Amino acid sequence: MAQDHDEGADHVHSDVPEPIALRVRALQSLLVDKGVIEQATIDELVDRIEHRVGPHAGAAVVARGWIDDEFRVRLLRDGVEAVESLGVGDWGRGTRLVALENTAEVHNVVVCTLCSCYPWKLLGPPPVWYKSAAYRSRVVIDPRSVLAEFGTTVADNVEVRVWDSNSEVRYVVIPERPEGTEGFSVEQLAGLVTRNAMIGVEMARLPDSSL
Amino acid sequence: MNGVHDLGGMQGFGPIQAEPEATEPVFHAEWEKTVWGLMLALSHKRLWSLDRFRRMIEMQRPVDYLQHSYYENWLAALERLVVDAGLLDESTPVAEAWTPVYASSAQPRYETGDRVRAVNRHPVAHTRSPRYVRGRRGVIIRHCAVEPLPELAAENICAPQHVYCVRFEAAELWGTAARDALYLELFEEYLEPMS
Repeated sequence: MAQDHDEGADHVHSDVPEPIALRVRALQSLLVDKGVIEQATIDELVDRIEHRVGPHAGAAVVARGWIDDEFRVRLLRDGVEAVESLGVGDWGRGTRLVALENTAEVHNVVVCTLCSCYPWKLLGPPPVWYKSAAYRSRVVIDPRSVLAEFGTTVADNVEVRVWDSNSEVRYVVIPERPEGTEGFSVEQLAGLVTRNAMIGVEMARLPDSSL
Repeated sequence: MNGVHDLGGMQGFGPIQAEPEATEPVFHAEWEKTVWGLMLALSHKRLWSLDRFRRMIEMQRPVDYLQHSYYENWLAALERLVVDAGLLDESTPVAEAWTPVYASSAQPRYETGDRVRAVNRHPVAHTRSPRYVRGRRGVIIRHCAVEPLPELAAENICAPQHVYCVRFEAAELWGTAARDALYLELFEEYLEPMS
């Protein structure tokens, strides 16, 4: 490293926010200063999405459905009612949640071709790939090639159903329960349920596989 | 609008670049968190409908839409909406402008098992009937809900209408031999009966 390196100048340079970050801060400041919204509300909403919902919440719902027939029936009948009964709340009016059960005959996979609708009130924000043009364009016309890219092979005699989230319904896939999990606890089962399995691009993990 | 956002069935976007699930962060930058919080805090104020927000995203230049990240598109829409609603004007009060209703006195036109066709229509404004189903034949799986029609919701006008889950065979949509199927929810006026 050069002895005359100006660390102060370098430090200032690395602290300059990206233009996009400045735009966000400008909008935020204007809205908070004018009293349209409160900073505490923004913080609360970010905390909720970062920490209180997410794939772990969805995995708990799926695992409960695997071991509790009565709960699975409720989940399939009214997703919002079922997940709210487990404390995943705040759905309000307007958004519906539909659970799609994978079976030996049917494999379900979810997309939003027109924007990026996703059951974030259960699973947190969608992964970047879910919002990509590559996924949104191709999964409807060639779902099996998309599944193959995720390492998922669906047998020819199994029907692939692609669910395009184009209205105010959000879908969560209940993957098939892996074999060899008899006697597992809800917590152990939840550990096998990945986010990608609940979108439908992967199967649930096998009990002896490591992530 | 037959915009670039209506991606279903388009080709040439290449492989899906998926980050490993175990290591993908919830947000990729601090500013993305703020955009998330702003979007939700503002939507709780009911200053506009979700379809109006979507419409603002769709009204960007196509090249911008495709180049932007997801949260950049959100920010672009929020900036338009905030100005459009006059929220930054000293004299404009913050007023609720979107009051959704989820009921209709009209009887549902379709029932489970009815054969329908997605209307071949090309509205220049916002719609939630994607191009790839228009003109195609499907079957009503069930009546799902009564919800505000997106075309008018995009103008903050609430016009509740029946919504149906419709199944389209992959063979009907894409001419393929696959036994696969597409499921969408479509508003009543997006559909016409098959004789």
